[in-house]
Formats: sequence, structure tokens, C-alpha cells
Amino acid sequence: MDPILTITSRSQLAEAVLSESGQDVNLCYQCRKCAAGCSISYAMDYKPVQLIHAIRLGMDDLVFSSKTVWLCASCETCTTRCPQEVDVAKVMDAVKIIALRQGLKPAIPQVASFYKAALANIKKCGRMFELGMIVGLKLRTFEFFKDAGMGVKMFKKGKLKIVPSFRGAWTTWKIFRRVKRLEKKELKHLT
Amino acid sequence: MTMKYAYYPGCSLHSTGAEYDVSFRAVCEKLGIDIEEIKGWICCGTSTAHCTSRLLSLALPFENLCLAEKMGMTDLVASCAACFARLRTAIYEANEDPEIAGHISKALDKPLPKSVNVLSPLEIFCDRESMAEAVTRQLPELKVVCYYGCLLTRPSKVMQFGECEYPMAMDELLSSLGITTLDWSYKTDCCGGALAMTRTDVVLKLTHDIFEEAKAVGANAIAVGCPLCHVNLDTRQVEVEQEYGAQYGLPIFYFTQLMGLALGVATEKLG
Repeated sequence: MDPILTITSRSQLAEAVLSESGQDVNLCYQCRKCAAGCSISYAMDYKPVQLIHAIRLGMDDLVFSSKTVWLCASCETCTTRCPQEVDVAKVMDAVKIIALRQGLKPAIPQVASFYKAALANIKKCGRMFELGMIVGLKLRTFEFFKDAGMGVKMFKKGKLKIVPSFRGAWTTWKIFRRVKRLEKKELKHLT
Repeated sequence: MTMKYAYYPGCSLHSTGAEYDVSFRAVCEKLGIDIEEIKGWICCGTSTAHCTSRLLSLALPFENLCLAEKMGMTDLVASCAACFARLRTAIYEANEDPEIAGHISKALDKPLPKSVNVLSPLEIFCDRESMAEAVTRQLPELKVVCYYGCLLTRPSKVMQFGECEYPMAMDELLSSLGITTLDWSYKTDCCGGALAMTRTDVVLKLTHDIFEEAKAVGANAIAVGCPLCHVNLDTRQVEVEQEYGAQYGLPIFYFTQLMGLALGVATEKLG
């Protein structure tokens, strides 16, 4: 049986999430399975089900200032268990993408910095160069001594390379550039 | 003709998860499974790309599928659970949504491959019947809990990997090699994955729960199939012990390392 819509008046934010991710939060009937199964919900200011509700009500301020989406580890337990087949993890991604695009300050800046550092690294190196990514992250967050001990331990085990391979770097650089261009075109088309 | 697989190791297996790479290769060699590393492979976008751009998170895996097809291969094996998930997700989403498939093709500036299957090493090894005969070393002292993590099984619609809430593939594989595996309820609970670098407190709490449960059922080792899980459970174990005043001393193995041990592969070839 196809899932049934529970309301028909749609907030702008819900529409934005739908167009970004293909996920219709208005299918939610608040069963709270997503919150119950979430390993990280204990650390969230709003549980996944509450965030979904806020999106439906168009409470943009609450949604974009909430730590919830930035704490989500994309473990997809919620996605797998939702009886209405809402891909909750994708909704989380969509909120992050919209926030970053609008230039809003992320509620947990370190997480956004991590994304930026990791992707800049992949773009330039072709494959993830961990040491370079860590340095990039530290320059963005100024947490220079966080996990220094662990870094030394991994380095001693030979698990951190000192020199990147740059294999595939030209390919990733081109893909990143084309994706950016396509997304710009798509956005213009929408507005 | 024997089957040949295109091998996608992924970034972690060339660095932080190097022992997964060497032990997987050693086990394949021992079992006569032919693998060839994809030439010029690139990062699949891992846990970060999909948080910032859907198109990017699908285009990066597809580039690797194109490379595999170029080598004339139709079956690709991705040992890292995160890469495996990203590659399967990309195929699933392109099949579901022709519009996004068109965008991916534009982003890569080439047509998408027609049919490349993405497999996990577990799926390759499961198909082999003669496994028990190949065992040369008994490991009676080991009591292992298999930790599948998130990405091998979820979301079930996309991954199509056994029972998503309680998978058995790794348990069955290790049991067939004479290794004792135990039932436990944290098989697919999250270890915090990508939050390791940014919200270490969350990772310590989640891995603490996993260790507690492993100890409670009487395990003396944990088997994993994901380099992100391995980093969190192995390298951070001492930190967890300090934080919670506990003593676990649980060795974390890649399941391929345990397979190698049972199949009599020299330990120096297992990382």
C-alpha cells in the first residue's frame, strides 16, 4: 500500500526539502520510530521526529539553529525503520545542504568545517589524504591539539601517509567543477 | 573460466585500514579468487559528499564504476563498507531517477556504465562451498562478536544485504571456518562513524555501549568489515577505557584477518 499524506498544507521549507532530496516530510505521522532508534538522539536538542515536525510547520529558525542535523552520523536506522518510507537521513542532508547554500551559520561549525576540509582534500588529491585533511580541519577549527595523541599513535603504526598520491586528482577536480556548474544551472532554473 | 573481480579498495584501505587491504588480498589469493585493482580509482565521496551535494555524492562513485567497465569487468568488489554503500547507493538512485542519472552523466562527461554489480567481500566468500575443507588452523580460544556497523546493511532497500536488523553473513562465514561467533544485540548499532574527528564525545559513548555489550555476552574479540568502525573501536579503545574507568582489552580484527588465520595464511601477510 502506498503511504498516505497526513496533511496537505505545505510549508516552504518542506517544499525546499522535497525538491532537494525527493523526500516528503508531510508523510510523517509522528510514530517516533526515528527518534527511538537513533543512537545519537541523546545528544540532539531536537529528536529527528521533532525536527521533521518543525520542517512541516515551516519553523525555519528552529530547524536551522538546531544541532540535530549536524550530529546525524547518517547511520540510516531511521531511514530503514520509517513506516511511511521517509528517508530521514536524506532529510537531514537536505537541511544541511540548504543551510550551507544560504550561507547560514551551522549550529556545530566543526562538523561543517570537517565536510569542507574533507571535500577540498578529495578535490585536490583525488583520493583522501588523511594528514592533509587533518591539517585542513585544524586550520579551520583552531583545535590544534585535539586528538594529537591519537595522530601520533596512528603515525607510528604507519597508518598515516606523509605524501599524497595525487592519483585521480585531475579527474576529481573536473568532476567537482562540473557538478558546481550543473547545480548553479539547476538552481537558476528553479527560481 | 574463473570469475574475475574489479577491486575497489578505497582511500582508507590505502592508509588507516591498510591491514584490511593486505588481509583481503591474502585471503583471495589463498582461495584462488582473482581480483584486479581498478586503475586510477578516485575517492567515492565517503560520508561527507552526500551532506553537501547529492549530485557530487553520486558522480564520484560512478566514475569508479566507469573505470571498472573500461577494464572490461562487470563485477566490482568494494571491501570498505562505506565505499560499498556509496557505490550501491549511486546505482540505486540512478536507476530510480532518470533525471539524476542524466545529471551524473553530464558531471562525468561520459555515458554511465550499463551493468556493473557492486559486491561486498562477504557476498563473494559466502558463495564458496569448499571453505570448511580449506581450514588448516583451529582457533578454539576465540569468541567473536561480528560487528557489521551501519553501512553494510542500511538502508535495506538499497543495500539488499541480508536481514538489515540482524544480519548473519559474517557470522555464518566465520562459523564455517570453525570460529565461534556469539549472538549479541549491537551488530548494526552505530559507532559514531564520521563524528570521530569533530564530536569525539559522541563516539566514545557509542563505542562504550558496544564494548559493554560485547563483554556482557562473553566475547574476547570483535570482527569488523569497515575501516571507520575499526578506527573508532580499535584506536579509541584506550580513550574509552580512561573516560569510563573500564578495562576491555578487546582486540578488533577485520573479518578477513580472522579468515586468514583459520586458512593458515602467514600472520605477517595479514597486517
